[in-house]
This record gives sequence, C-alpha cells and structure tokens, in this order.
Amino acid sequence: MTLEAPKLLTMLRDMIMIREFEELAMKLRAAGKIYGVVHPCSGQEAVAVGVCACLTNSDRITSTHRGHGHCIAKGADIRRMMAELFGRVDGYCKGKGGSMHIADFAIGMLGANGVVGAGLPMAAGAALAAQLDGKGDVAVCFFGDGAVTEGEFHEALNISAVWKLPIVFVCENNLYASNNAIAVQHHITAVAPHAAGYGMPGVAVDGNDVLAVHQAASTAVARARAGQGPSLIECNTYRWYFHSMHDKPPPETRPADEVALWKSRDPIPRLSNDLMARGLLSPAALQQMRAQVERELQAAVTFADNSPFPGVADLLTDMYAPDAART
Amino acid sequence: MREISFAKALDEAVAEEMRRDAKVITMGTDFTGDPIKEFGPDRVRFTPISESVMTGMGLGAAASGYRPIINWRSVTFCFVAMDQIINQASKVRYMFGGQADFPVTYRCGTGSGMGMAAQHSQSPHSLWMHIAGLKIILPSTPADAKGLLKSAIRDNNPVVSFECSRLNPITGPVPDGDHLVPLGVAEVKRAGTDVTVVALGYYVREALAVAEAFALEGISIEVVDPRTLVPLDVDTIHASVRKTGRLVVVDEAPPMCSAAAEIAALIAEDPASFRALKGPVQRVCAAAVPVPYSPPLEQASLPRRGDIVAAIRRVLAAG
Ligand SMILES: Cc1ncc(C[n+]2csc(CCOP(=O)(O)OP(=O)(O)O)c2C)c(N)n1
Ligand SMILES: [Mg+2]
Repeated sequence: MTLEAPKLLTMLRDMIMIREFEELAMKLRAAGKIYGVVHPCSGQEAVAVGVCACLTNSDRITSTHRGHGHCIAKGADIRRMMAELFGRVDGYCKGKGGSMHIADFAIGMLGANGVVGAGLPMAAGAALAAQLDGKGDVAVCFFGDGAVTEGEFHEALNISAVWKLPIVFVCENNLYASNNAIAVQHHITAVAPHAAGYGMPGVAVDGNDVLAVHQAASTAVARARAGQGPSLIECNTYRWYFHSMHDKPPPETRPADEVALWKSRDPIPRLSNDLMARGLLSPAALQQMRAQVERELQAAVTFADNSPFPGVADLLTDMYAPDAART
Repeated sequence: MREISFAKALDEAVAEEMRRDAKVITMGTDFTGDPIKEFGPDRVRFTPISESVMTGMGLGAAASGYRPIINWRSVTFCFVAMDQIINQASKVRYMFGGQADFPVTYRCGTGSGMGMAAQHSQSPHSLWMHIAGLKIILPSTPADAKGLLKSAIRDNNPVVSFECSRLNPITGPVPDGDHLVPLGVAEVKRAGTDVTVVALGYYVREALAVAEAFALEGISIEVVDPRTLVPLDVDTIHASVRKTGRLVVVDEAPPMCSAAAEIAALIAEDPASFRALKGPVQRVCAAAVPVPYSPPLEQASLPRRGDIVAAIRRVLAAG
C-alpha cells in the first residue's frame, strides 16, 4: 500500500511528538512535576505510529504500562495527557489514573493498563462489539513480549480465532520484560510463531521501520475488516531507556553494545531520511516540524500547570455510573 | 402471579432483557435451556473454557456499546479471572475518571450444601464487597432473583450476581410483567419486634422458618434480607435494629471479614443503633474450613437452624 505524502509527514510528526513527549516526561518526573512512575517508550515509536496510521476513531485499541506512544498515535490530546501525568483535573482521567491509565474512549483508546496481559481480553471484547456492529471496525491490542507468557495472551488468541474476531494483536518485542531478557523467560523467543498454534497469520517485522510496521498492520487490519479474523504481528524493537523511573533514572543493566546497536536503528531518522531522499521533506521543513512539536509540548506543560489539582470532594466521584438503572 | 423456580426466574430475567434490548448479549461455557434458539449464535456465545478472557471481554464489549452478561457458572471458576475482576472490572470506571460506563453483569452459582466439596462449595461474596467498584446482588427468592437480575442487566456498572445453587429448584410467586427489584433496597421479609435477623441468600428461608417457630412461643422475629450487598441498604438494617434492639446475622460464608462482619460493624459504629442494642450482636456463619464432602461434615460446616435458634436465644437472654 502506498502512502501519500501528507500521511507520511503526519507519521513522522507523530513519532517525533512521541519521542519528545517521553524525553520531556522523564525530565518532568525527575523535576517532581510528575508523580509516581513513568515507563518511556522512546525508541519504539514506529510500532504505535505504523499501526495507528491504519485506524480510524471508531477502531479501538488497548495499551500497556508503556502507553504514551499509543495514546499519541491514536490521536489523543497531549495537553490532557500531560495534565493527567501532573495529576490535575483536566487530565484524561481527572488525575485519577496517571501515566499507567491514560485513556480516551472518545477516540477509541480504551486505556493503558498496569497489568501485563490485561489489555488482551478487553481488546477481544471490543473486537466482539465491532463484529456484532458489522460496520467493519477493528480492535488492536498492543502488548509487550512479557504478556506472551501470561495466560490471557493465549486465551485471547484462541477465542479470537474461534470466533474470527476483527482484531490485530501487536506485540512490541523489545527483548526485555523489566530487567529480564526474553531468553530467560521464553523457551521460544520469537513471538510470531505462536500464531500458528491458533491458526492465524503471524508475521515478524522490523519494528523500527514505521513503513514495514504500517505495511504489516494494513494487511492485518484489512483482513480483520473483511471479516477474515485475527492476526498477530511481532514488531521487533528496543526501548532506549530503563524499564521505568521514579525520581531518578535507574542505571542501565543491558549490554552497552546492544543499546548502541539499537540506537543506531532510530526509527525517526530512518523515516525522515527516506522522505528527504524522496523529495517529500526538506531539512528546513523538518526543523519547522520539530519546532512545532516543541511549541505544542510547551503549551501542554502550561495547560497542565494551570490546571488545578482535584479537590478532596472528587475522591468519591466517578465510582459508579450516575444514572444507575437505564429504563 | 405464577409460581416458578429460582432457576427459571433467572432464565426469564435474561430472556426478557435480551428481548427488550438488542445490545444485551450473553457469554458462557454452557447455558440452561436453549437461548440460541430464540436469540441466535451472535448474541448467545459459547466460550472456550477461558474465564479470564470472557471476563475481560465483558468489559471491552461493555465499553463498546454492548451490555454483556458473562456467566461464570460456578463462582469457583471466576477465580482464574481474578485479574479481570479485581484489577479491571472494579477499577476501570474510576481510574479512567468516569470516561466510560461498563454495563456488564457477571453471574455465578454459589454456596454449599450440595455435596460438591471444597472447591465447588464457596460463598465468597464478601471478597467482592471488599473490592470497591463492583455492585453485588444475592437474591433469596424467585421473585427477587428475577427482579434483581433484570435490574443488574440494566445497570450501567459491573454487577456480580451471586445465585445460590441450593435455591435453584425452590419455587415461589413471581409477579407478572416487567418485574424489577431495584439494586440497593433491602426487604423486610417478615416484620417483628423482638429480634432482628439479617439473613443472606439461602439463609433467608432458614431464618423465616426459625421465626415461624419462635412466633409459637410469642417471640416476634424480624427477618431482613439485604438482597443487594453493594450498595448495602444500611438504613433498613439500622431501622430494624433500632426497633428490636437485638441483632443476629446469618451468612453462609465463614465469619472472618464476611458480610456478617460488615453488618455487625456498621451497627456497632452507629450511635443510635449501638445505643438501641440490648446485648451483643451475634453472627451465625459457616465454619472457617474448606467445605468438606461427607454429609455429616458438610452439614456441620454450615450454619444450621439450631445455630440460628441458639443465637436468637443468646441475644434474648442478654437483655
Ligand atoms: C501481571 C503482572 N505481573 C508483573 C507486572 C510487573 N511488570 C510491569 S511491566 C513488566 C514487564 C513487562 O514487559 P513487557 O510486557 O515485555 O513490556 P515492556 O515493559 O517491555 O514494554 C512487569 C513484569 C505487572 N505489571 N503485571
Ligand atoms: Mg518487553
């Protein structure tokens, strides 16, 4: 599938936005503006962007603890994301969720999730709804390699295959789950072969090549929209930084040469260089794009800073749907 | 009014709600009757034996415009779906800041007394009460079973329906038409003036039988059935205790951190109810053991009528 220039530029812009959002989030966490824990997805931007570029607002996704990129790629408002990280009332969850629980149901982003593997069943439920609606919508479930060793992965793949649900399972295989290398935890370290056990297509792609991700996702999404059932895509990628941080970034525990190798595969210049070679982007336009991202992020920080903290009166609100019985 | 069984009342509730609202769908490893015949295989889904995924799918479909009824069948099996119940179902609305509603109903058979041994004889309703964010119903009659389950299906929150297996064959009158029982409203099943017995699920029948016997002695027992455990109709319980000054709570679960413990604590904390008490609150609960198989042991593990009688005599003797 060939992508038009505006779409390609949007994909580039989204990857830059995710990268810069994460860089900023780490700084703001260290500065104490953000509370709790941050799991940056720097280095993995191409997966979220390549997949979400195939989706519309009526397609639904579920995400993980490392979910900022999925939100941004699905079209979330970074001001409300930042306000959520700051714990403010104008955040997506009114400050009740924080980094691990950002959601925007209006655009089909059914939530980041603090429990490894937990998003798969919910995505399968959204896929069931899409199947019943019969309008050709799909669900996409993002998860890490760590989720593959959870039962929920296998249950979700099986039921989706049995019912031919319109769902795409997207594994971000970044070679580690927390500080454990994949080989310590998986007998078969590749994820795509699991698809065969459930009779669905399973492909592995270079997860740092946004166009390759997009290509694989387009095929899988088209298949799902056409009622042909689920697919599994393994995106091989790498996180640039630690698993998570509180007030200080923890020390790197992975081999230095491995980190350096993967940093050399940065998905952002890979796309921007490609676009320049094709005459679709000039260095000046790239500079402008970066400056615009920077302005938007500054505006998001200002928005978040100006938003009040929730009041104690908000503690017990949002527990139950207000209008209990629908008649 | 017709006389139908508890099990049939529950089936009718599901069928009526599915007829009424095309967004109501149901999922489980098996069903009573043949709901596919009327509602078709799209809306009636036989699942693999995958409780975790079916529990989570209920949330995903609920957030996407449907009103799923997930049938765990026995409460035993939902324990393999604890993540989806505790980390997800109870929390998603609040932790996402109330952005979306999750109108999903989880149904399960509970309770003991059927020779099913430890794993299949559980009454863990207080576990779910403890997890803020779920609503919980525990009906004791066919009419309440039907009316509460229908309300649960229409409710826009995750509701867990505890359906006592021993009650399934029991018949009782069920009002005709669209019979609804609101969530969070207790019922005084028998009015009385001397002792309040708050009984749960199957034990409402037992409490009523005991009350009948005490009436012959001229002792007037009030039997209160909370029907919904979350939200709990505390006011009705307080009103009864303030009137009688004596409280016995009967619950099929072991006493520690139980619904019975919660009800006793609520009474103890409330100045007016506490002042009204003429003696200490008594709980009649199951023994704190996995339910054994052999009939005499199983019976010994459960609250018996004699235990209820003895507890009532203790509160009468206290003042
Ligand atoms: C069920 C569960 N077990 C453990 C954790 C703690 N934990 C949080 S993230 C993580 C690693 C997840 O690895 P992976 O799925 O590969 O995602 P990644 O962090 O690499 O993006 C672990 C173990 C958790 N959140 N949930
Ligand atoms: Mg990983």
